[in-house]
Amino acid sequence: MDTADQSAAIVARVREAAAAHTPLMISGSGSKNFLGRRVTGIPLAVGGHRGILHYVPEELVLSARAGTPLADIETALATRGQMLAFEPPSFGTAATLGGTIAANLSGPRRAYAGAARDFVLGCRIVNGKSEILHFGGEVMKNVAGYDLSRLMAGAFGTLGVLLEISLKVLPRPEAETTLVCERDETSAIELMNRWAGRPLPLSATAWSEGRLYVRLSGPAPAIAAAAAGLGGEHLPRAEEFWRDLREHTGAFFTDPRPLWRLALPSTAAPLALDGPGIVTWGGMQRWVKTGVPADQVRARTAAAGGHATLFRPARDASPAEDPFTPLTPALQHLHQRLKAAFDPAGILNPGRLYAGI
Amino acid sequence: MSAAPATLFTDLRAVLPGDALLIREEELRPYECDGLTAYRALPLAVALPHTVEEVVNVLRLCRARGVPVVARGAGTGLSGGALPHAEGVVLSLARFNRILEIDPLARSARVEPGVRNLAISEAARPYGLYYAPDPSSQIACTIGGNVAENSGGVHCLKYGLTVHNVLALEALTIEGERLTLGGRAADAPGYDLLALLMGSEGLLAVVVEATVRLLPLPQCARVLLAAFDSVVTAGNAVGAIIAAGVIPAGLEMMDRLAVEAAEDFVHAGYPRDAAAILLCEVDGDEQEVAAALARVQEILKHAGARELCVARDEAERQLFWKGRKAAFPAVGRLSPDYYCIDGTIPRSKLAEVLTRIAELSREHGLRVANVFHAGDGNLHPLILYDANTPGELARAEALGAAIMELCIAVGGTITGEHGVGVEKINQMCVQFTPAELEQFHAVKRAFDPAGLLNPGKAVPTLARCAEYGRIHVHRGELRFPDLERY
Repeated sequence: MDTADQSAAIVARVREAAAAHTPLMISGSGSKNFLGRRVTGIPLAVGGHRGILHYVPEELVLSARAGTPLADIETALATRGQMLAFEPPSFGTAATLGGTIAANLSGPRRAYAGAARDFVLGCRIVNGKSEILHFGGEVMKNVAGYDLSRLMAGAFGTLGVLLEISLKVLPRPEAETTLVCERDETSAIELMNRWAGRPLPLSATAWSEGRLYVRLSGPAPAIAAAAAGLGGEHLPRAEEFWRDLREHTGAFFTDPRPLWRLALPSTAAPLALDGPGIVTWGGMQRWVKTGVPADQVRARTAAAGGHATLFRPARDASPAEDPFTPLTPALQHLHQRLKAAFDPAGILNPGRLYAGI
Repeated sequence: MSAAPATLFTDLRAVLPGDALLIREEELRPYECDGLTAYRALPLAVALPHTVEEVVNVLRLCRARGVPVVARGAGTGLSGGALPHAEGVVLSLARFNRILEIDPLARSARVEPGVRNLAISEAARPYGLYYAPDPSSQIACTIGGNVAENSGGVHCLKYGLTVHNVLALEALTIEGERLTLGGRAADAPGYDLLALLMGSEGLLAVVVEATVRLLPLPQCARVLLAAFDSVVTAGNAVGAIIAAGVIPAGLEMMDRLAVEAAEDFVHAGYPRDAAAILLCEVDGDEQEVAAALARVQEILKHAGARELCVARDEAERQLFWKGRKAAFPAVGRLSPDYYCIDGTIPRSKLAEVLTRIAELSREHGLRVANVFHAGDGNLHPLILYDANTPGELARAEALGAAIMELCIAVGGTITGEHGVGVEKINQMCVQFTPAELEQFHAVKRAFDPAGLLNPGKAVPTLARCAEYGRIHVHRGELRFPDLERY
């Protein structure tokens, strides 16, 4: 694995940009360019700033430079029987750790293990004043100072350029099996919720095209006992099924219509938007392919207690103007103030998340 | 009484009912400190609002008049986070003590901030659910305070801290503006302000409602006791368990001094001659627990455990835990005073740090009992001293500072779960650079430009860092002596 410390060069670029008030467009591998708003700025490539810095399996911690390919990290963990429990999607082979955390992307295990943000223990960033700052650390419990490292998860680089990230990692489960049965969407959502209220070794659930999928992970005897209790058939090649769902490589995702991600309370009834849908994360995340106008999608989702992201625009369409659910005026004001607290010149990925921040 | 407070009281009376404002000294006295009684101050007034609207009015009033506001839950904190401001108002959320809704299917509970931590689990139990974070003061501490401190507990290695178990907050800014942070839907849009509020020690906003995640109660839990002939062997055994892929529900360690004290106090059945003991709890379904116990026993034997003993039944399991949970008061019986440290270190440094603490203990001529959450590296070394012996207090402070700085030096932190408050504010100057501290202040200003919410806590001014001093905790002044402390 190649490693390189480019932090000095990154700091220098941020310093120049801040002095000249020139916006920077931070880019790792570019694998998430489709997600979020378009940034007009000078590219700041951070993918070369890479390398695993510290990994001791018995600490359950891995620290790496932000440009480290996610695949390198997953390989290093797998050789020691560990994993990133939030099971992040990579959307391509070149995804970096920094982009994954900046976008707070989590995969099928999210509902049962936690989101990317839940595993962030610490990070080193360059803020908009070109200062290198270190928050959190490599320990499990740390309440010294505000939790600014977790704040970087989902901030899309608008508060700081990620240099290094420390994550909590977990052992891979000893055994894993996926069961499948026929269900309609409503009863599948109800079952997902009922199962989650029982002490079962759940690690993923999904409903798609009239079939309910449940993945069990843990010690082999526990899996066998739980599987016998749940019923259904064992799904062959289950790894492929979950990978296709995570990476958006399944047939569903080839539909040319816009891809919406609806985050909903897990018990919310099906929204019945025009177009095919997939339910994941125990009911908390629903993927929908629909041509229904954005304001209607958002209104229906909000009425059900959730929020909608235009995850991928329609094929061949230009990027969406506002892919993320707009903030309330009070929160928008606070976001602007926080942005100014980290990046007073407004040079770090301005507008990637929302206009004006 | 100066003119300013008099008009403040008039204004507060205008927005609060008669039973919601305390201003007489004897009424204020119970609020002069939190669980860390070494620091005391009387506020100008205590507001005890009944409604969110009243909280909004108090905040707006204080904002307009430039009066500091210190929010307070049960006041069980151990770092002085709820210490009143002498020119400020204490805003008690004690009356917000209702569980508003339990949704068994969605596994969530919506509660007011003054609801006690344990009350949530008690209300959820009929549904086979519970609220996972279990700080030792859980019988008394409130969820609002848990949010302020990002509280942990014995089970957080497996089940997470407060930040992992709160889904949404309703919070008020100092302007009295209501914010909804997070939600029952995952990954709320924008910055993760929900996470930012966790552990912010009441400096950013006032929580008026929380929605927490409930988990299914495990089918069974069993605990194993392992005895070791050296603390280094015990420390390495902790790493061996985790490296083998086992995440225990609880993994606690005590050294000989703590074991002897606990044994004298509660007769938990610990081996007195062991240099250290580990308590390892596993939970899950019957088969899973049996398999994990067998695995852990094998690992511990290989790691050099001298003696292994699985609690035979629930009564013995409770007894094993009773010894651990009584360790603080038990150690307190050995010495007139003790000073509790709360550092967290990388687990792989456990043996090294324990060895170094023993050396420091000898160098400073004071005994140290080690009691800690070994699974997540959160140490609670208890420095024994006698404040009445000239020079011992200064030695205890010097030893405490040396241990905290040791934690920082091995890549750890000065506080794992008790918070900075006023107690560790000087050590923040060691852990963070001036630019990092200034970034904290900038975040504070984004929420609270006038610096009125809990001023002077959690983050030191750069001027304060320039006059770095050291502070200590005095056992005789620990309030809530009946609460378990671990």
